[in-house]
Amino acid sequence: MAASSLPNGGMTNGVGATPSINGHTENGLTANDNIQRFAAPSRPLTPQPQHTLFHAVQGMLDFDFICKRKTPSVAGIIYTFGGQFVSKMYWGTTETLLNVYETSEKAIAKHPDVDTVVNFASSRSVYQSTMELMEFPQIKCIAIIAEGVPERRAREIAFVARKKGVTIIGPATVGGIKPGAFKIGNTGGMMDNIVASKLYRRGSVGYVSKSGGMSNELNNIIANTTDGVYEGVAIVGGIEEYRVIEAVKNGTITKPIVAWAIGTVASMLKTEVQFGHAGSFANSQLETAAMKNEKMREAGIHVPQTFEELPQLLKQVYDNEVRKGSVKPAPEPAVPKIPMDYSWAQELGLIRKPAAFISTISDDRGQELLYAGIPITDVFQENIGIGGVMSLLWFRRRLPNYAGKFLEMVLMLTADHGPAVSGAMNTIITTRAGKDLISSLVAGLLTIGSRFGGALDGAAEEFTRAFDKGLSPRDFVDIMRKENKLIPGIGHRVKSRNNPDMRVTLVKEYCKKTFPSTKLLDYALAVESVTTSKKDNLILNVDGCVAVCFVDLLRNSGAFSSEEAEQYLDMGVLNGLFVLGRSIGLIAHHLDQKRLRTNLYRHPWDDITYMLPELGKGAPGNEGRVEVDVK
Amino acid sequence: MSAKAICEADGKAILNYHLTRAPVIKPTPLPQQATHNPPAKLATIHFEEHDDVMGVLDAAEATYPFLLVKGSKFVAKPDQLIKRRGKSGLLKLNATWEEAKEWIAARANKVQKVEHVEGALRNFLVEPFVPHAQETEYYININSVREGDWILFYHEGGVDVGDVDAKAEKLLIPVDLSAYPSNDEIAKGLLSKVPKGMHNVLVDFISRLYAVYVDSQFTYLEINPLVAIPNAEKTSAEVHFLDLAAKLDQTAEFECGSKWAIARAPAALGIPVIPSKTDGKVQIDVGPPMEFPAPFGRELSKEEAYIAEMDAKTGASLKLTILNSKGRVWTLVAGGGASVVYSDAIASAGFASELANYGEYSGAPTENQTFNYARTVFDLMLRAPMHPDGKVLFIGGGIANFTNVASTFKGVIRALREVAPLLVEHNVQIWVRRAGPNYQEGLKNIKAVSVELGLNMHVFGPEMHVSGIVPLALIPGKMNSNIREFEG
Repeated sequence: MAASSLPNGGMTNGVGATPSINGHTENGLTANDNIQRFAAPSRPLTPQPQHTLFHAVQGMLDFDFICKRKTPSVAGIIYTFGGQFVSKMYWGTTETLLNVYETSEKAIAKHPDVDTVVNFASSRSVYQSTMELMEFPQIKCIAIIAEGVPERRAREIAFVARKKGVTIIGPATVGGIKPGAFKIGNTGGMMDNIVASKLYRRGSVGYVSKSGGMSNELNNIIANTTDGVYEGVAIVGGIEEYRVIEAVKNGTITKPIVAWAIGTVASMLKTEVQFGHAGSFANSQLETAAMKNEKMREAGIHVPQTFEELPQLLKQVYDNEVRKGSVKPAPEPAVPKIPMDYSWAQELGLIRKPAAFISTISDDRGQELLYAGIPITDVFQENIGIGGVMSLLWFRRRLPNYAGKFLEMVLMLTADHGPAVSGAMNTIITTRAGKDLISSLVAGLLTIGSRFGGALDGAAEEFTRAFDKGLSPRDFVDIMRKENKLIPGIGHRVKSRNNPDMRVTLVKEYCKKTFPSTKLLDYALAVESVTTSKKDNLILNVDGCVAVCFVDLLRNSGAFSSEEAEQYLDMGVLNGLFVLGRSIGLIAHHLDQKRLRTNLYRHPWDDITYMLPELGKGAPGNEGRVEVDVK
Repeated sequence: MSAKAICEADGKAILNYHLTRAPVIKPTPLPQQATHNPPAKLATIHFEEHDDVMGVLDAAEATYPFLLVKGSKFVAKPDQLIKRRGKSGLLKLNATWEEAKEWIAARANKVQKVEHVEGALRNFLVEPFVPHAQETEYYININSVREGDWILFYHEGGVDVGDVDAKAEKLLIPVDLSAYPSNDEIAKGLLSKVPKGMHNVLVDFISRLYAVYVDSQFTYLEINPLVAIPNAEKTSAEVHFLDLAAKLDQTAEFECGSKWAIARAPAALGIPVIPSKTDGKVQIDVGPPMEFPAPFGRELSKEEAYIAEMDAKTGASLKLTILNSKGRVWTLVAGGGASVVYSDAIASAGFASELANYGEYSGAPTENQTFNYARTVFDLMLRAPMHPDGKVLFIGGGIANFTNVASTFKGVIRALREVAPLLVEHNVQIWVRRAGPNYQEGLKNIKAVSVELGLNMHVFGPEMHVSGIVPLALIPGKMNSNIREFEG
C-alpha cells in the first residue's frame, strides 16, 4: 500500500491509474466529464429504490453543484432492476431528474457523448457487466467500486481494457476527485469533508492513494500545506510504485513527486500479520513497503523518514515550486454554501419537525423489536403467550397472568361456531368463487356487526348501564320488557338451565376462581335467574358471559383506571376480541373449502321466491300480500 | 487479502477430484483418463486442546478404513502450513499405522518450535507411502502475477531441490488463455532437461494441473516432489503429489465454492457415511465449506476468536490480532489504512516490540459493536501487567467518509467508563485523533468524559496528522505547548 502525491503545475499524466481524466476544454470541463454509473446488483429480489448507488450519485451531483458546474456530471443511471424511468435528485436546493436505464445498450444509445462509467455492481456481477461495457467503443474509462473481485477476473478485465484502450480505475476504488470539475463515487466523503479540504476549487497537487481511507487524509494534508488538490484517485494493488520509478527514470514524469509506502511495520514484527488490505499476489520482497520507499528514494522521489513527516516535506517541495514560479497559487474563492441533508441535520439535532404519525405500541427501529417497550426476546423468555402479547399491544401494559389466560380463553371460545353462521357462510361462498385467503376472510369479517357477533358489545353495554344505575336485576328485566327490547347476551336456541352450555360453565368457573372480583358477572347471573324463571332457555349465553367477565376484568384487575376501562369499551375492544378469535375459524373454513376443491356455489332457484312487480297492478310494494312459504 | 493458504490435504483433495474433470484449455497429448480418480486417501486427524489423543486416533480408524488395510505403509506429518517439515523432523515416512499412530500421539497438542515460530501441533495428515525411484521426482510450481501465471518446472524434486527461482525452467501463461502455449511450446519451455520419452506424459499432466489451477482459482500451487511413474509404453503415468502447498483466491468463493466443497465431500475422500452420525445440518454445497487455517503458531486467542466471530456476523469490519499481550502500546483504530499507518508510526518510533495489538474497526459498526470491540481491547490491555512507565492507548482513525463519529465514539466512551479506575491505576495515557462527519461532537464528548473520569487523555481533530499523535506520545520532547489540542 502506498500513498503518494505528485505536486504539479496543471497536468497529471502517466502515473499509475490516473490518466485519461485529463484533457481540458475551454470552459474548464473535461471530455470525460460525462460520468455515468452502472449497477447490476446481485440480489435477485426486492429492488431497493434507494440502492447505495443513488446515494453516491447524489454526492456526485452535490459536488458538481459546489464546483459551480452548469450541468450535472452524471448523464444517467443504469439500474438493471429498472422499474423507474427517472430518478429525482437534488441540484443544490432544487430538484432535478436523472434518466434511469435498465440496460447499458439503451443508456449508451441515448448518450453518445458519455465515455466514462462508474460501475457500482457487486463483486459477483462486476466482471460480467464490465466486460459488457467494454464492448461499447465509446466507453473509455470504467471505475470499479466493488471490493473482493477475484484476482483472475480483475486480471482479465485489465487485459481486455489494455487491448481496447479503456482505462480501468479499481477494482476496490473509492473513486477519484477532480476539484472544480467532478468526482467519482463516494470519494471525499460528506460535504463537510469536501469543504474542509477545499475540494470545490482546483489546486496544483495531484495524488494517487492506494487506500481509500487515506484519500481523505491526503486531501486534508494537501489542503493544509499547499494550494490544494489538482486531482486525486484511489487505487488498490501491488507494485505500481515501480512503474512510477520507471517513469521518473525515463523522463516521462518530470514534476517533483512526494511519496510514501505504508506498511513499513511488517518487516519489524516477529509474527506474520494479515493487515487490513493489501494486494493479494503479495509474496515477493518487491512488495514490502520498506523496499518500495528505498527504491523510490533512490530514484529521486521525495520520500520522508516517516509518514508523519510527509506534510512537512510536501510543504517544502511545494514552496520550492512556488518560488521557482512553476506553481502560481490562485486567489481563494468564497467558500460555497452547501445545503445540508435533512436526515443528517436531524441526526445532529439541528432541526425538528412535527411528525405526521405517532405510535405508542411497538418499535422496530432498534436492535430488537419492542412490544410496548418489552424486547421480543423477553416476550418469549417469559412465555407470556398470545394473551400477554395482546395485553402489551392492545393495552400497552403487562396484565396479570390470569388476565392473559382469560383473553386466550375468549379467543379459543370464539374461534368458530360452525359453517352455518352467516360470517362462515360468506367466507365459504367467497372461497368457492375462487378468491384468495384474504378476500375470503374479509368477506366473513365484514359480516360482523350488531346482529352477527355483536352481542358482546351490546351485552356489555346494557348490563353495565343497568348495574351502574343501581337497577335491581328484576327492575332491569322489567324495564327492558316494557321497552320491548331483548336483553343482549340472554337466551339460547337449544341450551337451557338443565342443559347448560359448557362454554359458559368454563368461563364462569374460571373467572370466579381467578378474578379478584366478579361483580358484573354476579349481577348478570342474578338477571339470568329472573329470565329463566320466565322461560328455561333464557340463560346467560356465551356472548353475555364473556362480555360481563371482560368488564369485570377491565374494572377490577387493578390494571386500569375506571376512566380507561370505559374508554376501552367505547373503542370497541370487545368486538376486536370477537374479530380476532373468529378469524381463526374463518381461515379454517377457507382452507377447508380449498382442500375439498369445492366449486362455485350457486343458490338453487327453488330456494328463492321470485316476485317481481307487475306493471299496471299498483306501485311497487303495493302489488298485494306476499306469501313466503317457509319450509 | 484474498490469497489464502489452505491445508495440504485440501489441496490434494481438490487436485485428485478435479484433475479428470476440469476442462483443459487446449487439447493435451494423451487421451482423457477413462475413469475418474478413486477417492483420495487423505486421513486428516485433528486434535482440540483437551482431546483424548488415543481416542481421536481410534476414531480416525473408523473414518478412514484405508488405515487398517493389512501391510500398508504410511506417511504422517502435521498439516498446518509449516514449511520445510522434513528439516524440522516433522515427517514420519514408511511407517505402519501402529507406528504412525505412536508418532502422532507423541506430538499431538504439544508445542513445537519450527525455525523461530512456536505453535501447538493439532492437525495431522496421514496418507499412503509411495515407494519410488529418485529419478521419478520432479518439482512444479504455479503462481499468479499481474501478467499471467508462471509455471516453474525442474527435473529433480525433493527437499534438497535448492533455489528453484534460479534454476527451474519457467513459462508464463498469459492472462488471455486463447494464447495458451501448444504442447510443443510447453515441452520446449519446461522440459528441456527431461528425457523425450517422458514429454507426452508430463505435458499432459502439466496442462491438466494448470486446468485445475484455473478452474478452482488457485493463486499459488507448489508440488515437491511430484512423482510421475510412467507405464511401459509411456502413454500414461501414475502421478503422486507427495508434498503440496497451495493458496486459493478466497474472493472467488462465489464462483468456486461448490468445486472446493465437492472435492472434499466424504464421498470424494472415501469416508463411509454412517447416517446416524450425521448431525443433519444442511450444507450450502455438496461437501464442507473451505477452511483457511491461521498460519502456524498463530492460533486465535479467545478474544481474537470473539472479534472474528463478531466480524463474520456483521457487515462492519472488526479485526484484532494480538502481537504481544504484555506490550505497553495498544491501539483502537478505525479504518484499514489508518490502522497500518498507526502500526508503522509506532514501529518507527522504536516501539515495535512493545506494540501489543493490530486491529481496526470500520464499515459503520453499531454503537454496541464498537463498545464490545473497545471493551475487548481495554480488557486485554488491563490484564497485561502494570509497567513502571505506564501504558499508551491510541484511539485513532482517519477522516471518516460517512460514519457519524459522535455515534461510534459513544460505544468507545461506554467502554472507557467501565474501566476508568483501572485505566488510572495502570497509568494509561490515552491519545485520541479522529475526524470526519460530526467529529466535533464526538471529540467534545470523549474529552468531557476524560475530565469527568480523571483520565490522562489528549484529544486531536483533523488539524493533527492522522498518526501524528504517535511520535507525540512515544518520543520524549515531541509534545510541546505549541501543539494545540482540540477544544470543543
